[in-house]
Amino acid sequence: MEAVVSMRGIKKVFPGVIANDNVNFDAYRGEIVALLGENGAGKTTLMKMLYGMYSKTEGDIFVRGKKVEISSPKDAIDLGIGMIHQHFTLVNPFTVIENIILGMKENGIILKLDDAKRKVQDYMKRYQLYVDPDSKIFQLSVGEKQRVEILKVLFRNADVLILDEATAVLTPQEAENLFKTLKILKDEGKSIIFISHKLYEVFEISDRIVVLRNGKVIGETSPTETNIKELAKMMVGKEVIDIVSEKSKKVGNLIIKVEDLFATSKRGHMAINGISFEVKSGEILGVAGVSGNGQKELEDVISGIKKPHSGAIYFNGQNITGSSPKNIIDFGIGRIPEDRMESGIIGEIPIYENIVVECYDSKPFCNAFFLNYREICKYAESLTSEFDIRTPSVNFPLRTLSGGNIQKAILARVLSREPRFIIASQPTRGLDVGATQYIHSKLIEARERGCGILLISEDLDEILNLSDRIMVLYNGKVMGFADKSELSREEIGLMMTGTKKEALNEVA
Amino acid sequence: MKLPKFVVEKRSHLPVWLRVLLPVFAILLSFIFTSIIILFAKKNPISAFYNIFYGALGTRLGLMETIVKTTPLILTGVAVSLAFTGKFWNIGAEGQLYAGAFAATWVGIMKLPLPSPLYILLEIAVGFIAGALWGVIPGILKAKYKVDDVVTTLLMNSIMIYLVTAVLEGTWRDPVTSWPQSIMIATNAEFPKLIARSRVHFGIVVALVAIALVYILLKYTKLGFEIRATGSKSEAAHFLGINTTKTIILTALISGGLAALAGVGEVAGLHYHLTENISPGYGYTGIIIAMLAGLNPIAVVLASFFFGIIITGAQYMSRITGITSFIADVVQGVILLTMLGMLLLQEYRIRRAK
Repeated sequence: MEAVVSMRGIKKVFPGVIANDNVNFDAYRGEIVALLGENGAGKTTLMKMLYGMYSKTEGDIFVRGKKVEISSPKDAIDLGIGMIHQHFTLVNPFTVIENIILGMKENGIILKLDDAKRKVQDYMKRYQLYVDPDSKIFQLSVGEKQRVEILKVLFRNADVLILDEATAVLTPQEAENLFKTLKILKDEGKSIIFISHKLYEVFEISDRIVVLRNGKVIGETSPTETNIKELAKMMVGKEVIDIVSEKSKKVGNLIIKVEDLFATSKRGHMAINGISFEVKSGEILGVAGVSGNGQKELEDVISGIKKPHSGAIYFNGQNITGSSPKNIIDFGIGRIPEDRMESGIIGEIPIYENIVVECYDSKPFCNAFFLNYREICKYAESLTSEFDIRTPSVNFPLRTLSGGNIQKAILARVLSREPRFIIASQPTRGLDVGATQYIHSKLIEARERGCGILLISEDLDEILNLSDRIMVLYNGKVMGFADKSELSREEIGLMMTGTKKEALNEVA
Repeated sequence: MKLPKFVVEKRSHLPVWLRVLLPVFAILLSFIFTSIIILFAKKNPISAFYNIFYGALGTRLGLMETIVKTTPLILTGVAVSLAFTGKFWNIGAEGQLYAGAFAATWVGIMKLPLPSPLYILLEIAVGFIAGALWGVIPGILKAKYKVDDVVTTLLMNSIMIYLVTAVLEGTWRDPVTSWPQSIMIATNAEFPKLIARSRVHFGIVVALVAIALVYILLKYTKLGFEIRATGSKSEAAHFLGINTTKTIILTALISGGLAALAGVGEVAGLHYHLTENISPGYGYTGIIIAMLAGLNPIAVVLASFFFGIIITGAQYMSRITGITSFIADVVQGVILLTMLGMLLLQEYRIRRAK
């Protein structure tokens, strides 16, 4: 069978780095092919060349047997290739429909929004990609936004779909829905290129797996020929062990107590509907749930950037409800935010200033008026080596570091203040295996020191591996608590879709 | 034939040589563009530019006048640079300048029996406070109520300028000349002249001290860090515990005060009375200077001197060649546009697609 897309001898050189070296890659009609590799292995670079965002240094690309030059995404779209990026490219104040038809040649001068809407609704039904077509983008959850991106690509008649780390922002259930859609698309004869570094999902949905490491194709396999352990070894180049913590033995005093908390979302509706929970020192409470079920609002309220509608938060017995971020920091609460690039760092300023941004106004980093940059740099240098932050110098703007190193810098800033309580939201999203292991081990270390941790994650494995107790959120309500290993993955999955813990037996 | 395609990419870092070269490119480009306009008038652009530079630098008198013009520009330029560093879009330096001039005149015409240095210090302090208060209004509106600062600062210019006009037409009108101008300020309130047989006055010292203070503020102090952090990414700065509301208000306060000092200098150092056109748009030129200087306080001095040359030299050039001196305004406008274009190049690069 002839390949729909065939990339031959592809090489891509960035100044100082060879991102892809002599890569051969094919995609066939009616298959899901996974492009598996760690962050920085060159998966996205390869696909950005296919999508016309990067120019290749060497090699040839054939589409349906014909040699092509793709020098812009427009060329790619004309060839029926569509890409769904990790970071969405949607216009926030526009509606779903407006975003889908935006920039299409067929629009003409007067928009036929009703026709478009009918057509989009057909697509929604056919591919099970449900979104309210009249909602504005900023009102949507991450999973919904992704559906809009996919609709956008399908609407342009793409029959090769590239999905870049598509599940990185999704929850197990949302991912399941995505997989259903992908299977429908595959059965229609479309080719799906699925970029991922998550072994389980690659194993679950792909027909063929191409493994990339350091810019080269290491091998090709399929779920029937291999197992997860071997696949991991292929990807990383050595044996991989997930960090699984033992249940904490030193659970101590009450650190955080949340009482009957209510909070609104950006859209204005009640996103948290009366949550109550406690975190004790020396324990990790994992928050499981499908994204958009109140996790973000919970994070914002505890972090001090959102005032709750009602309810109370106590830290060491003191009522801290509605405190400013500054006060929250000074109480000794560490925050690892979900949106690390937007809230966690100030990318343009140097690493050393980012490291001290939560404590620059205390001794020895300043006096009444001036900052003591010598102390600040010394401190930043000691932390970069302690936390293994790889950078040539602490003078570099923080944004120039890789995702893993940026997260380590945030971790360094938080942990160096020896917080009594940490709220960590999606702490390893988008990070490679090495960085993920490192962050996990540091969180467990903090727990051993007696820190209480609230771990919010959409990665259910992360929750199961690290948490001493698990709280499941659905629709802004607590579906129940579970001790470590008390409930199965499936039972927690049921709770994540709205089954109360007490009702689990009836469902089963 | 297939046309070559070009791609625009985000730069990962900006080389130092480019940072220096971009403003130079902007100036050269604007000269080329202005030359085209001069050619339309059937005049020689080379002789026009030669005469601008000769008029501004070639004679003692010209050089002194250039320094006189540079003085208020440094202050409005640094005021805008500081504001923009904190992403407070202060388009209101012109109004703040008038607020400073207004206040300095008020103090000056009281004819207080004070020793001159004390009187001057009082003028500077009152002028700074007046501009700071005028500047802080849009600052508070932005920080507390998210009112667009570009609109408020710009509109408040008209309010202040008409306020000055109203007072000059009314209670402050000089009874002797009956022109819309105030009476002279007390002689002991005048800034001393720095160079004999010239109009160069103490204001230039005030301007250079302001530059040094702003440089130190931004580079070495807590407040400077807060201003840079808030300007760089205010949501993150807020999340990380910086009081961004307070920082924006302080930025507006200081920026307004600095711009006002330009007005104080024009009254106390140059004209000794208040007129309704004491500034030919120094506040707006300050915006162009800040952009050209890349918001760097030290570079503001150079950019201000450059605009001092253009403004002074244009008058001379006009007398010699017969080209209108408004060509100086064209140069200013075009430099702003080319510099904004150059700023895009600072963040993005264009390369040929393969």
